[in-house]
Amino acid sequence: MSSERITKKLTFKTFRFNAETDFLPYFKTYEMEVGKDELVLDILNRIKWEFDGSFSYRRSCRHGICGSCSIKVNGKPVLSCKQNVWELVDIFKTDTLLLEPQSKKRVVKDMIIDKKDFWSKHEKLKPYLVAEIDEHPKEEIKVSPHEAEQLLEADYCIQCGNCYYACPVVDVNEEYFGPAQFAKAYRFNADVRDNAKRERLEKVREMGPGVWDCVKCFECAEACPKDVDPIGKITKLHNQIFEEGLAQDNVATRHAVGFKHSIVKHGLLDEGELVRYSEGNLGVLKHMPEAIAMYKKGKIVMPWNMPKSEKLDEIKTLVKSSSKVKF
Amino acid sequence: MAELKYALYTGCTARESTPELLMSTLAVAKKLGIELVLLDEASCCGASHLQDFDDFLSLVLNARNICYAEKQGLNMVTICNTCQLNTVMTKERLDSDEDLKSQINEKLAEVGLEYKGTSSVRHFLYAIIDDYGLDKLAEKVEKPLDDFNIAAFYGCHNIRPSHLHRKHNSVEMDVGEGGGEEAFSKEPLMSKFNGSENPYNPSSLDKIIEALKGKSVDYESKNKCCGFHADLQAPHTAHKLTGTALLDAMDNDADMMVTPCPLCHLNMDVKQSAVAKEMGRDIKLPVLHLPQLIGLALGIDPKELGIQHNVTEPEFV
Repeated sequence: MSSERITKKLTFKTFRFNAETDFLPYFKTYEMEVGKDELVLDILNRIKWEFDGSFSYRRSCRHGICGSCSIKVNGKPVLSCKQNVWELVDIFKTDTLLLEPQSKKRVVKDMIIDKKDFWSKHEKLKPYLVAEIDEHPKEEIKVSPHEAEQLLEADYCIQCGNCYYACPVVDVNEEYFGPAQFAKAYRFNADVRDNAKRERLEKVREMGPGVWDCVKCFECAEACPKDVDPIGKITKLHNQIFEEGLAQDNVATRHAVGFKHSIVKHGLLDEGELVRYSEGNLGVLKHMPEAIAMYKKGKIVMPWNMPKSEKLDEIKTLVKSSSKVKF
Repeated sequence: MAELKYALYTGCTARESTPELLMSTLAVAKKLGIELVLLDEASCCGASHLQDFDDFLSLVLNARNICYAEKQGLNMVTICNTCQLNTVMTKERLDSDEDLKSQINEKLAEVGLEYKGTSSVRHFLYAIIDDYGLDKLAEKVEKPLDDFNIAAFYGCHNIRPSHLHRKHNSVEMDVGEGGGEEAFSKEPLMSKFNGSENPYNPSSLDKIIEALKGKSVDYESKNKCCGFHADLQAPHTAHKLTGTALLDAMDNDADMMVTPCPLCHLNMDVKQSAVAKEMGRDIKLPVLHLPQLIGLALGIDPKELGIQHNVTEPEFV
């Protein structure tokens, strides 16, 4: 077998900025031969060791568990120590890769960002077990395998921030908790030993910071290097809000419930009625300019023309027999 | 080539606020000789919101929709990204969990139905690419789009989460261990992602634009979110996301935008004046549904494609 090492000549366009001394960020490019087994972390190390000792980035375990070395490459959030470089060449069909910090507006130096908001938002959701602990227990607290499975691997989160800095809502709404934080809230809410479920739900149900502001883009699920599936946990929190009877009567909850009302009546969703039901008779008025524009273009179906699914009786039967949640 | 025939799950939007999507889909299918059987029995998919309220009910309803494709022995195609995602999420959960499947089938039995898992579920876009073929599509072009810069807007629910879409939306090329050791030892690199969409660098729409002889615009927002699902609860967030994508396309010289998702279309096309206020800049960019764009290139009468229903008028038509 030939032992010749196959390499690719790649260019790394690298974000550089020192918040203490630089007025503006800039990019430096480094060229190197990269082997098939090299990881993004190897490249960060080589930039520092072979080109410029002042280049800064976070790293620690090198085993995908400490969560410190995350950056973005061509916009893709990566945990540097897990991401193969040739795979990125394959995805982006290019020999030039752009290395950037997770969030440019939070940069301290080069790849290092200030994660202050990431941590403080975690803190608000009590990311720990809240329980009365007997200091001298006679026996251990038992958690069955089935109960442990209900965490749905939310405890795999290494807090690398990939999902948080990929979330478009975090980017435009500063008070929004964020996907990692919701996944953590779920992790403890799903723990049978925990007593703070309702307290957390009262925070995550708030409009603005809470789960209702999620745009359901699945960026978080895609970005996670541990397959935690934060949006799956966000859905679970939505479910818990209803199950625990903590759903407030607001535009978001009515929007979710409104689908059921429409389906039982028409099979299909009555779009106009959903907006009216969600917003209320007064709130719906703010949609008038759009409604008029749509009406002029034949985009509004009048209530008396609302299409219905065929075999609507089946749908009614199923809604009646299969509904599990009340509002 | 075998006759192409699918069960079409239209979703609600194509029957209400975007009639042009259904019109253009049917017109394009007719022109290409693809037979579409409308699933008129189908209900709403829940659009991810019913799922927030009552997950079990949404599984039952989505499984019922698939049953009607199965009953006819047809594979299902969708024309809405969100219908696509909610339907395959249901399919994936039922196909991988016998226990859940029997719970759902117990309910479906009340109306004489059974979910078997025999029909595939794909967005029509991928049926055109994989089953019909881009080369054949290119041959059918009567009015090449070569004067136009076209910005492809993919829509989240056709590209993320990628593990689901790689499995259901695309014909995956067998590369052994899938880009493992073997793939990396070959030069040129054997792609792990050939034949399927990568959410960080999607290409299907761009390939269609090229087949229609248009010029696809390279811009950052092509795989980003339009914010539709928070339109009512968080209008400022939604407007900012919609506006960022529209302005990004405009700043990169797009003459128009095209999307395979009617929900993206509602935000991008209908909300331009509200979004412009939020962004503090004028916004005017015609937005076409994918079948409208294909239809124009195939020489179909714009009226048949429902162009008259688009709010931001495509003056070039």
